Amino acid sequence: MTDYNFAYLDEQTKRMIRRAILKGLAIPGYQVPFASREMPMPYGWGTGGVQVSAAVLTPDDTFKVIDQGADDTTNAVSIRSFFERTAGVETTTATTEASVIQTRHRIPEEPLTEDQILVYQVPIPEPLRFLEPRESETRKMHSLEEYGLMHVKLYEDISRHGHIATSYAYPVKVEGRYVMDPSPIPKFDNPKLSDMAAIQLFGAGREQRIYALPPYTQVVSLDFEDHPFEASKADHLCGLCDATDSYLDEVIMDDQGGRMFVCSDTDYCEARRAAGHKGKDAA
Amino acid sequence: MQARKLSGGFDTPPVNSAHAFRAVMEAMARPGQIQDISGAQPPAPLSNAAGSVLLTLCDTDTPIYLAGDADTDDVRAWLAFHTGAPLTGPSHSMFAVGSWDALMPLSGYPIGTPEYPDRSTTLIVECAELEATGATLRGPGIKSEATLSLPETRAFQSNRALFPLGLDFIFACGDRLAALPRSTEVSRSSREAVAHEGAF
Repeated sequence: MTDYNFAYLDEQTKRMIRRAILKGLAIPGYQVPFASREMPMPYGWGTGGVQVSAAVLTPDDTFKVIDQGADDTTNAVSIRSFFERTAGVETTTATTEASVIQTRHRIPEEPLTEDQILVYQVPIPEPLRFLEPRESETRKMHSLEEYGLMHVKLYEDISRHGHIATSYAYPVKVEGRYVMDPSPIPKFDNPKLSDMAAIQLFGAGREQRIYALPPYTQVVSLDFEDHPFEASKADHLCGLCDATDSYLDEVIMDDQGGRMFVCSDTDYCEARRAAGHKGKDAA
Repeated sequence: MQARKLSGGFDTPPVNSAHAFRAVMEAMARPGQIQDISGAQPPAPLSNAAGSVLLTLCDTDTPIYLAGDADTDDVRAWLAFHTGAPLTGPSHSMFAVGSWDALMPLSGYPIGTPEYPDRSTTLIVECAELEATGATLRGPGIKSEATLSLPETRAFQSNRALFPLGLDFIFACGDRLAALPRSTEVSRSSREAVAHEGAF
């Protein structure tokens, strides 16, 4: 703990990130450039989320990290221990006990409260990047609200597959202005982005962008009148806790075609099992 | 003189600034909600809240405009020692501090560009009072509506009309602050009209 400044980053870096967060909150959905630093982990492992968390954490916080909903995967475990060591904060795996939650690609099933902050790790913050590779052009498109290309992409989905096949990183429009990439969360989670009580912060380390959603911001998933947005999930129950309402991972069990579906949110699943719910595959 | 400009900073900068930033962030994320903030004791006429915001967000990268009464030798020396921030006029400022009247006209500040709307000034407005009554606020960060004592309403309405360009405001009063980002819609409430007639 004494070997590091509080929360690893130096104070000047934190001030720069904090200024970017404030501008992000003032312009919901707009990507604020920031001078992302080298972190002691590779790009793609959550360097953006880690820098945002470092700028936001206080010693009084309780910190939780999830990776695809799970508290016990490599990425989540390393980031949690990183902040235990450099910030001395309490950590937890319980969603309800956490004040700051850093997430890779999921929103917890448990609804978040006004006392919580959700920090997303974002790989590609620009929703238009795969349609237009030039940053100078996508900036111009955002400034002119020129989002026709995104609708063409969704329309091509429909003409090719009969429905909008985009199933994660599904583009949203924030307060009727900016089209935003919600990070690669499954589209099942998209409705939770809107009107959330917690502050949502997005950090993209390699791409050097921060953006934000203040609480109770209106976030709409893009769609068409005749092909409305649908938050889909696997049509099964959780094999361990029997949950009907949670997002499920498919786990291959053997080479005979055996498989089971389990909650991707491990804390949600464990809490349900502790409360006595039991699925068909539970031991 | 020497002691005054050296003192009044954060005791433990990493921890003080972390707490102070959370107060500023909560205020900016929930327009109209009043937050407690502490840590800095700047020279008069700056409030502790304004001083804490400056120490939390400003450094050599952020030109500051000291408006009117806020521009004293003590304040200049205190900022130079604790932040190293360059002082400038309104047109090149990232932060501006002063009373509402001294900060006028708002047309003198950068409001960002269409491609980079974040390149705009944040105004720290010193207020004699800060209460959760007055103008009605609606927009991102507010569940249904909030109320806040604002120096006026029209300026914030024309600022909102510039969205996504525009200025962002932090209102400082003693050890408390509230914020009003450009995204907030401000309207004059009936309660405010009553207050102006002296019914309170």
